[in-house]
Amino acid sequence: PRSPSLGDTSVLAGLYGPAEVKGSKELPDRAALEVLLRPKVGLPGVVERSREQLLRQTCEAVVLGVLHPRTAITLVLQVLSDAGSLLSCCLNAACMGLLDAGLPLSSLFCGVTCALDPNGAIILDPTTRQEQEARAVLTFAIDSTERKVLTATTKGSCSVEEMQQCLAAAQRAADTIFQFYRDSVRRRYSKS
Amino acid sequence: LYICFRTVEPLEYYRRFLKENCRPDGRELGEFRATTVNIGSITTADGSALVKLGNTTVICGVKAELAAPAVDSANKGYIVPNVELPSLCSTRFRSGPPGEEAQAASQFIADVIENSQIIAKEDLCIANGKLAWVLYCDIICLDYDGNILDASAFALLAALKNVQLPSVTINEETGLSEVNLKQKNPLIIRKHPVATSFAIFDDTLLIVDPTAEEEDVATGTVTIVTDDEGRLCSVHKPGGSPLTGAKLQDCITRAVTRHKEVKKLIDKVIKSIKPK
Repeated sequence: PRSPSLGDTSVLAGLYGPAEVKGSKELPDRAALEVLLRPKVGLPGVVERSREQLLRQTCEAVVLGVLHPRTAITLVLQVLSDAGSLLSCCLNAACMGLLDAGLPLSSLFCGVTCALDPNGAIILDPTTRQEQEARAVLTFAIDSTERKVLTATTKGSCSVEEMQQCLAAAQRAADTIFQFYRDSVRRRYSKS
Repeated sequence: LYICFRTVEPLEYYRRFLKENCRPDGRELGEFRATTVNIGSITTADGSALVKLGNTTVICGVKAELAAPAVDSANKGYIVPNVELPSLCSTRFRSGPPGEEAQAASQFIADVIENSQIIAKEDLCIANGKLAWVLYCDIICLDYDGNILDASAFALLAALKNVQLPSVTINEETGLSEVNLKQKNPLIIRKHPVATSFAIFDDTLLIVDPTAEEEDVATGTVTIVTDDEGRLCSVHKPGGSPLTGAKLQDCITRAVTRHKEVKKLIDKVIKSIKPK
């Protein structure tokens, strides 16, 4: 299991698969991906379901499911603490989980959250307080090969130019995160 | 014979059409299906609207009830959206608890309401800390043929424009509320958010307003919600093929054009209703 922390936000990811799949969920030509997001307190609700769908479709875009037909890949994410930028932490946890499990991927992805404060300044990886005070919070999943946008979701309203600026900032920040992935994997495998 | 081909190899079937820059139903890649809206169809609801985007039919009913506001926001009312995809609208949905798609759609509509500030929750408050309106917005799909998010958002907007709330006064002596059904006021709609959905094919082609078949073969979807001033209320791209910033910009431009068309349609329909 992988556990990235962004400041004080931390999410634990557990990946199981490719494994046996229950009859109805079986897909004849590719692996069936399932994502389960468990909040820190309470039962999963509508918000978790919508995030699960987002994470599932993001992972489906990178995992080469066609190499493992009629199997199930399950990703379980447990929120350990939430101090802002939760969705991008989940995205990073998901990607590192996929890496750690050794699943065939067409590219890596990372999650970056940008908040637009009332003055128009862009804050990357905002804390909960910054998110609440912000005019808009945008989360992007950027892919590693060409820095294209894999996933985008916004909260609050902003102008088109501001969104493009946030996207550019997120693409630049993605470089730091991919370097972190490389360093973590190197550290893990250099011990053995 | 073509029906055989369509069922067995849907992606190849679509590719043949997309090469010629058109789609099986005769539309261009950037063309929307015929949009019709019918307001005030449900007489028992406080506001309602039926929207048809081609074959996709969605009905929204708004019911207003009274409740005490939450302790931490004593001057705000509530808007509770719920999107249902019952088994009658398509064979892909089973009866029972709401599936993932219905829950994700409900969350999307809740986000649109929150992000666009379509109604200021303060306007729903009647007496600070004591009484406020709760608007239950039930969006039910009657026929599923793709692009459910656009249709739901449109139905919600049209239904809210149609809502007439009775005036409520609090009797000073008894402290009870008195509802005057004869005197009704419309809701104050601040913004008009409009959703535009695109389907991504083979990582490059973008088509507007996908049907259910097109959504199944697509490699990704993007939904952009814009409001009156061309501001973005939401960019909803849940995974799928990656897009460059330029392609996203292209989608946004088309969404802004679509917004103007939809706004004109809604205004025309509202004007055509005779005032009660």
